[in-house]
Amino acid sequence: MKEYLFLYRTNYEEMTGRSDAEAASMMKKWMDWLGNIAGQNRLVSKGNRLHDSGKVIRDSVVTNGPYTDIKESLGGYSQVKADSYDEAVELAMGCPILQAGGSVEVREIDTM
Amino acid sequence: MEQQQLVPHLFRTEFTRIVSVLCKRFGMAHMEAAEDIASETFLAALETWTYRGIPENPVAWLYAVAKNKAKNQLTRQQLFSKKVAPALQQAATDDEVPDIDLSEKNITDSQLQMLFAICHPSISPESQIGLSLRILCGFGIEEIANAFLTSKETINKRLYRAREKLQQEQVAIEFPASSEIGRRLETVLTTLYLLFNEGYYSESHDAVLREDLCIDAMRLTHLLTLNGATDQPPVSALLSLMCFHASRFPARRAENGDPVLYNDQDESLWDRDLVARGVYYLNRASQGSELSPYHLEANIAYWHTIKEDSPEKWENILQLYNHLLQVQYSPVAALNRIYALSRANGRQEAIREAEKLRLDDNPYYYTLLGELYREIDAGRSREHFEKALHLARTRADRKILREKLGRAEP
Repeated sequence: MKEYLFLYRTNYEEMTGRSDAEAASMMKKWMDWLGNIAGQNRLVSKGNRLHDSGKVIRDSVVTNGPYTDIKESLGGYSQVKADSYDEAVELAMGCPILQAGGSVEVREIDTM
Repeated sequence: MEQQQLVPHLFRTEFTRIVSVLCKRFGMAHMEAAEDIASETFLAALETWTYRGIPENPVAWLYAVAKNKAKNQLTRQQLFSKKVAPALQQAATDDEVPDIDLSEKNITDSQLQMLFAICHPSISPESQIGLSLRILCGFGIEEIANAFLTSKETINKRLYRAREKLQQEQVAIEFPASSEIGRRLETVLTTLYLLFNEGYYSESHDAVLREDLCIDAMRLTHLLTLNGATDQPPVSALLSLMCFHASRFPARRAENGDPVLYNDQDESLWDRDLVARGVYYLNRASQGSELSPYHLEANIAYWHTIKEDSPEKWENILQLYNHLLQVQYSPVAALNRIYALSRANGRQEAIREAEKLRLDDNPYYYTLLGELYREIDAGRSREHFEKALHLARTRADRKILREKLGRAEP
């Protein structure tokens, strides 16, 4: 079985206006979805969420945040295992971020 | 207490105490000698007490006899072998009888140290349970065979090989170093958990034996909470889980011995004292930030002590299973989670997720699907129950499935 990384991208600005109830409902969807993957024994690590601020270093110059040209930024990641890309994509299909206009990038992990 | 009841009672409580102290004193290489001495002590009690009556303090009598026999054994051991512990040689040169310490503290310490020695990663969990039953719970070979539904020869062989392995590995009867205690404690807790489950889910028809297994597992877990070094949050969490499960003992068997499923149980039979103890240990387990699988399972078991259904109950159980599966996958947890999913989010969603589980050789998988389809598609529901019946491994499971299919016993 191979391992895959899920990279979650979304527009952070849209999330700031959410009510507590909406945030709680979104949290439940995430937990249930990760539970579904874990229940199929396909979850390696639920991973983490990322803060919306960051630093980028390029040519020894440090700038705030990588997101000047795109609104969507990296919001978190998880690690799963699957037999193929198709299967990994099938798992990613249920991700709640897709209902909120975000995206999931699926990448096979090349173990060194 | 009459002698007929007193001796078996003493045997169960004192055998393991004597064996633990003697094993500790003789070393792992002479575990069998320790068992023999304890057995001989009880044989002597039976013979003597039958003629002379029960002594005023039977426990003291047993300890005195065991001590004498142990001293003889130590002298013999010393004659036969030059490889005896330095302490023994010293005792010989001093021309004194070696001392056997049967104080309460030494008994408890020896039992805990034996628990760590027996629950050693070098022997299989099955062997660990077998040896625990023999050495720490005082079960006879026949009782162990009965609990495992196998023959006495199989158990004898298993215990023999396990003892030999522990000897080869030179496993010491001592507390692990404090840096190691967490990791070793994990193995100990797994064995105690399996020991409890062996009693809770055993197919053995001997109900008393089954409950004894559970009670002994709880006694040993409780022992771990009494020692500063081993009293860690996962221990309390496991004990809490055991209390919650054990609280349903009186309700989970019908008078004819058949199992009664959770939903059909008469909750007035649940033992409220044990539930309260479970809550006590669950609170105790929450001191600190550690969240072991036992914490999650104990919390799930807690919600099951509330019979009344509510959205809050099933939502909490679902989230606990979501979490449990993330830290420790097991097919049983995956199936139980789907049931919680059906109660919290609806049957359709649960069926969709159940069909992704691919537990095609698991009878409980089909039982669950049969349940989920029951009110949606009667035909498919029956198909799944039929498959489950075909795969079912135990008499009790087949009986339940036949009832679901509306069929009488063949």
